[in-house]
Amino acid sequence: MTQTGFSRAPELVLAPESDHDSEPLEVGRGRLISWRERRRAGSLLAADRSIISSAERRQPGVRRTLRFVHVFLAGSLVLVGLGPLLWLAKSAVTPTQDTLQQPFRLWPNGIDWANLSQAWNDIHIDQYFFNTVVIAAGAWAFQLLIATTGAYTLSILKPRYAGLLNAMVLATLFIPAVVLLVPLYLTIVNPPLLGRDFSLLNNYLAVWLPMAANAFNIMLVKRFFDNLPRDVIEAARTDGAGPFRLFWSVVIPMSKPILGVVSVFAIIAAWKDFLWPMLVLPDPARQPLSVRLPAVASQTELDVFLAALAIATIIPVVMFLMFQRVFLRSAGLGGAVKG
Amino acid sequence: MATTPQVSGTRPPKVRQRRAGNPVTWVKSGGLTTLLFALPLIFVFTIFSWLPIIRSVIMSFQKTNLITSTWVGLDNFAAVLRDPLLGTAVLNTGYFALLALVLGFPVPIIMAVLMSEVRRGKGIYSALAYLPVVIPPVVAVLLWKVFYDASPQGVFNTMLGWVGIPPQPFLQSQTQAMPALVIEATWAAAGGSIIIYLAALLIVPPELYDAAEVDGAGIWRKIWHVTLPQMRGVIFVMLILQILATAQVFLEPFLFTGGGPVHATTTILLLIYDYAFTNSLGGNYGMATALSVMLALFLAALSWVYFRLTSRWSTS
Repeated sequence: MTQTGFSRAPELVLAPESDHDSEPLEVGRGRLISWRERRRAGSLLAADRSIISSAERRQPGVRRTLRFVHVFLAGSLVLVGLGPLLWLAKSAVTPTQDTLQQPFRLWPNGIDWANLSQAWNDIHIDQYFFNTVVIAAGAWAFQLLIATTGAYTLSILKPRYAGLLNAMVLATLFIPAVVLLVPLYLTIVNPPLLGRDFSLLNNYLAVWLPMAANAFNIMLVKRFFDNLPRDVIEAARTDGAGPFRLFWSVVIPMSKPILGVVSVFAIIAAWKDFLWPMLVLPDPARQPLSVRLPAVASQTELDVFLAALAIATIIPVVMFLMFQRVFLRSAGLGGAVKG
Repeated sequence: MATTPQVSGTRPPKVRQRRAGNPVTWVKSGGLTTLLFALPLIFVFTIFSWLPIIRSVIMSFQKTNLITSTWVGLDNFAAVLRDPLLGTAVLNTGYFALLALVLGFPVPIIMAVLMSEVRRGKGIYSALAYLPVVIPPVVAVLLWKVFYDASPQGVFNTMLGWVGIPPQPFLQSQTQAMPALVIEATWAAAGGSIIIYLAALLIVPPELYDAAEVDGAGIWRKIWHVTLPQMRGVIFVMLILQILATAQVFLEPFLFTGGGPVHATTTILLLIYDYAFTNSLGGNYGMATALSVMLALFLAALSWVYFRLTSRWSTS
């Protein structure tokens, strides 16, 4: 339920989506029904119903209760979900003393827009912001590369060692991330086979590569590949497509939905990560926002600090509002990301 | 690779032997290209997952600085078990996990059931519930640290003042610090759980509700006898996942309180971090890995149970 900043706890797979086939599929231990298909199927099977029947909905007592539920949901979710964000947005442009003395008054002494530019320029949020973007982009690219090529090997090429490889990847899901912390750190300090003086400290590869060793991604993509229509793959093979062609022109284009999900997971995880980048990127000039913000907290005036927090929140929130459906679908089928 | 996947499972053993023996046939049949696709995965998993896992077990029996290592048998484990802080850390972690279960676990289930019953606004409610999950966890903790300001003008103390409750010390109090951490952690994670429960609610077969109504069940009895039993698989998985995550809690105690006041929020992961990374004379990696291995064995047993039950649950 909480982010340890480093956790890669095994995650729950409810339903990898399959766009090519509207029949619910039973494969492995995952039951493959997408949200959209479920809705479609639901509307075919019966009138769209939930716990309360339409007859019950007409009873005055139930109607009153439902109206109360509406008010309760709207009130509590706005207060708890939106409230802190609105407060942060307000305080980001409020002078420190006003925030400290009257945290709920709207600008008793005017708006201080300079907070934002001060945060951006004076405490170098611009640079840390850029670092965060670079880290997220690299983590995304490496995770997609490993997840697609790995799943392609395990699901479609299927060499004789595929079974063993699959088992060894799956086994890492049972190993809690905490075990990796110290030995992985020492691996970064001095990677094997590259000599005593070589170190990946302060190199972004130290964040990207360990994140790419993500068994959950590979499982997710492999299961999706397992369910691609075999006749299309066989037809491509008969037409003379080699393994590269098959990968790039057939399998990848058919897998956009799952690649979208993996992308969302990858970018969010990289954006959130704290402990690991703090350990392997000791140079402040290379650190992402999540590591720098706690570090600058004590030396920064509160109003400028809150402005910095607001800036760090904008991109994820805007991304969420733009790609809401992908986010919520990923959350629904991928289980709790990071526990 | 020339053979089709359907055939590969039932390939006669004769072919298999001939292939294994002859590298030229292996290359010609595409073995090399296949290996090329497998290589990125093998590379990152070997260096950044399999070797470190093995190294972790080895290191727990060694005394290590960055240059040399010596075998010390069970000394590291003994040193960890003798550490007076270990008991505190285990109790604190258990307390965090327990509070998170009591305060945080039922809330998403209740919210999801309520949200599934309203006809309009489900989309906007889901989005609002998910917003806290989108905020970067570090930002969330730092923001809540401002909310928990102990002065009477602090954000939460002002709100308490509206209902006539005197100012609370929150993070500065040994008894209130842990609940304060748990409340923030629950707020940060509840949205994700709500979305999962909402998805699970969609999969409850509507016929079951129809049947329950024929038998004369009211709304409460439908929730109790249909909805909750149908969701018990998901609820159980979420329970295990939450225990796994809370047992490894680090971010909240590290950023909110640094383990204080007076070790009231020192968790197991904080202790591991202290062993390995806060000693200026070089970390005690042996003790850190010994404690990690002990925690991992406990958690691996839990995830094994989780895996067994999910396979049964999703194939049933």
